[in-house]
Amino acid sequence: MAQNTRTTPVGTPTDVTQNHVKGGIGESTLRPDGTLKVTGEFAYSSDMWHEDMLWGQILRSTVAHAEIVSIDTTEALTMDGVYAVLTHEDLPAAKNYGMEFQDTPVLAYGKVRHHGEPVALVAADHPETARRAAAKIKIEYRELPVVTDEASALAPDAILVHENRDDHHSGHVPHPNIVHRQPIIRGNADEAAKRADVIVKGEYTFGMQDQAFLGPESGLAVPSEDGGVDLYVATQWLHSDLKQIAPCLGLPEEKVRMTMAGVGGAFGGREDISMQILASVLALRTGKPVKMVYNRYESFFGHVHRHPAKLYYEHGATKDGKLTHMKCKIVLDGGAYASSTASVVGNASSLSVGPYVIEDVEIEAIGLYTNNPPCGAMRGFGAVQACFAYEAQMDKLAAKLGMDPVELRQLNAMEQGTIMPTGQVVDSPAPVAELLRRVKARPMPPERQWETAGESADVRALPGGLSNTSHGEGVVRGVGYAVGIKNVGFSEGFDDYSTAKIRIEVINGEAVATVHTAMAEVGQGGVTIHAQIARTELGVQQVTIHPADTQVGSAGSTSAGRQTYMTGGAIKNSCEIVREKVLEIGRRKFGSYHPAWANAELLLEGGKVVTDGGEALATIADVLEDQAVEVEEEWRHRPTQAFDLVTGQGDGHVQYAFAAHRAVVEVDTELGLVKVIELACAQDVGKAVNPLSVVGQIQGGTTQGLGVAVMEEIIVDPKTAKVRNPSFTDYLIPTILDTPTIPVDYLELADPNAPYGVRGIGEAPTLSSTPAVLAAIRAATGLELNKTPVRPEALTGTL
Amino acid sequence: MRVNFTVNGRPQEADDVWEGESLLYVLRERLGLPGSKNACEQGECGSCTVRLDGVPVCSCLVAAGQVEGREVVTVEGLAEYAKEREAHGGCATGACGTSVDAAKKWQAKPQDSQTGEGVELSPIQQAFIDAGAVQCGFCTPGLLVAADEMLERNPSPTDADIREALSGNLCRCTGYEKILDAVRLAAARQERQGEAV
Repeated sequence: MAQNTRTTPVGTPTDVTQNHVKGGIGESTLRPDGTLKVTGEFAYSSDMWHEDMLWGQILRSTVAHAEIVSIDTTEALTMDGVYAVLTHEDLPAAKNYGMEFQDTPVLAYGKVRHHGEPVALVAADHPETARRAAAKIKIEYRELPVVTDEASALAPDAILVHENRDDHHSGHVPHPNIVHRQPIIRGNADEAAKRADVIVKGEYTFGMQDQAFLGPESGLAVPSEDGGVDLYVATQWLHSDLKQIAPCLGLPEEKVRMTMAGVGGAFGGREDISMQILASVLALRTGKPVKMVYNRYESFFGHVHRHPAKLYYEHGATKDGKLTHMKCKIVLDGGAYASSTASVVGNASSLSVGPYVIEDVEIEAIGLYTNNPPCGAMRGFGAVQACFAYEAQMDKLAAKLGMDPVELRQLNAMEQGTIMPTGQVVDSPAPVAELLRRVKARPMPPERQWETAGESADVRALPGGLSNTSHGEGVVRGVGYAVGIKNVGFSEGFDDYSTAKIRIEVINGEAVATVHTAMAEVGQGGVTIHAQIARTELGVQQVTIHPADTQVGSAGSTSAGRQTYMTGGAIKNSCEIVREKVLEIGRRKFGSYHPAWANAELLLEGGKVVTDGGEALATIADVLEDQAVEVEEEWRHRPTQAFDLVTGQGDGHVQYAFAAHRAVVEVDTELGLVKVIELACAQDVGKAVNPLSVVGQIQGGTTQGLGVAVMEEIIVDPKTAKVRNPSFTDYLIPTILDTPTIPVDYLELADPNAPYGVRGIGEAPTLSSTPAVLAAIRAATGLELNKTPVRPEALTGTL
Repeated sequence: MRVNFTVNGRPQEADDVWEGESLLYVLRERLGLPGSKNACEQGECGSCTVRLDGVPVCSCLVAAGQVEGREVVTVEGLAEYAKEREAHGGCATGACGTSVDAAKKWQAKPQDSQTGEGVELSPIQQAFIDAGAVQCGFCTPGLLVAADEMLERNPSPTDADIREALSGNLCRCTGYEKILDAVRLAAARQERQGEAV
């Protein structure tokens, strides 16, 4: 039967063919894992436990760039309780891994290229024994000079981070220390500049941000009888891990069985491999289960960070505020290994113009290889750095024109139909001006909230807080605005798909659906949405979410704001095929009893087959009896194109997302302390599948942007390339006292190309939050402030 | 060394404890109570917060030997602790909690990603679920213990009080707004319940 072999249903993607059901889409359904998470019973990757398990420990390089002269493991091996001490010589197969470039050593061989690179491994019966044994391994280094920025990395005689590159970008880059370069040329910026009445230029520096997810890298590797390994880990993409792990273990993929353990946040930092291969190597070598758990210090070395960047921008405008042209150069520091640097370059370049109409542009983005810590994916992925710079430029331009900064933005705001610098037409709603209008129209939070009825100030409402540094003296308020554009989904021609296996069967007389995907639930609430979609499409109440594993096809990565769109889309698609099959069984069984089986539009609702007129024809239980219907299908978004390497032209992105912020800050100008009073956000979400989660995502993303604005930066010594602050004592993330109230106003303008009209929501709020806070601090202080984070010394002139 | 102490109302004995082990390690790795979390292990994040003789502490900073003869309440015992407190008119140090054997038996099962219906929760736990204060959930156990302790002391907290009490607990997912909502919700429900009595 043709119907049974179809892989897509008849409906167009945005159709909601089923009626509203309880716990279906559009409702603030509660998390299915909520109870386990509040009772302490949810099993995170660091909670895994196995009888007779050993503890794995990594020894990491203490220098950033050096030849490894020798490694002596003798003393470590003699310690009681130590089961294995391994170096690169003990690795069973491929010695390198990587998502796009296989340039990252499992354990360093020949040389180390950054501070904290894994060099040796220990397995012992107690974590402290493993740590002490690791400390007994003697490594002799011959230190090499380091390259740490554009000038040192691209100097004619610069030492090469990777000497013999043969990756797919090596042929077109102008220097071997450039991972990837993406120019975009459209129109003629030089010619258009002649029409400009004002021109503003700026140089901006974006610091290195850490994802700082709270659940550290960890997991359990259990050797199996067939010579393979069962891995329980926290990751953003099981199948991408699997593809990298198996060759390094010398095993076929089917002998590496991966199960998602509980994930304590991700934000991009779990897109790359961390301990997966290392724990497996130890488990296979010792024949025992091996648990590995990084502590916070190690976690700062254990994953890639957000690319620090230097951005050089020039904008021009006519005196009535119309943008004439934009030129920019964005230099992203990828650190010692490529990770996803090439894609971050593509994003930074293609989104560097921001959500504005500018016809004449000259754009260049490059990603460097240096001896700094490797950088890769983090929420916002290349668009964050650009937004910080182009929004600062908008304020500068408004000041020079004597215009209101919001009006200038609205005057130049892109809308549906705008052509991006890449030539791609923005073909779904782009309510940029409206989002700005909404945040601007909000009432202002009251002034001087620290003033109490009594005589003394409530210092908790002041910059400096309980440190009691001010009672309001020298405190000045400022307000700032920003808006940003982010792509959703994997771009540039990547075959981005997701798989969903849906089963419907009758258990205890009730129709029950099971959703099985490999989607990484990292906290975003995907599991809630999966159940909502299954309820909506299959008209059942009870939905079981099967644990994510590699026994089902890939769900792609939980990143790029893509999972509700992609795995949500795959679930919708598979559910629709299941529904058609259930109805077909019903027609065969009961078709002769009622003409509606043949004539009417049929739905599944409340566990029954009903007509679109509301007449119930049969229960799903009666239709299925002891028969189960199961469908596993891949689902793809519309294809994208690579960007031309010379002109940058190409329909590279799947979907665009927009958010705007208004920040209200109060600054103690004497001490340089900042308190953010309110950080309001307006965002188009397409369709709020779970409104409660939507708001939570926006508030969380906003707060990570706030962190970068005023406190977050991994500080790397420019002379030694060593990390100076790998701890929560020295790398600060916002506490509940640092975080203001975050009112959220969301629009639901459906994207006609996306399932239910959804728009990826997780990333956009991280973009505009940072420049809005910076703009507010500038407004309060009159300072230029071209670097994140803004620390007190930048505000008091003691820098 | 051997350490004897009470966890969630039940006497416990941990053997072969190395002197450098923290209370957090003993709870997680020796007593099968992994609810207290290991986000920083340096006293900066609050994810390992437990009550030690009633006082909220970072269990990663407490040496296991220091808890000899003392009483610990973890997130696993929070629901029972709150119930006892209710029954005793406010303060609970009586018998409560998950048995260690039961906790040890627990392991990841398919239905773990389901609703967990029928589980009895404390008001603060229920409020965290209802308000959407849980995302990845790694900070949640520590926040619950800290928030529950604050509501015990201060049943009608202002926002400034809540922020001050929870300032030692980092969360990276939520931006804290829904955590504030949850604590307000728990306080309001507690008040309503108080009025009803």
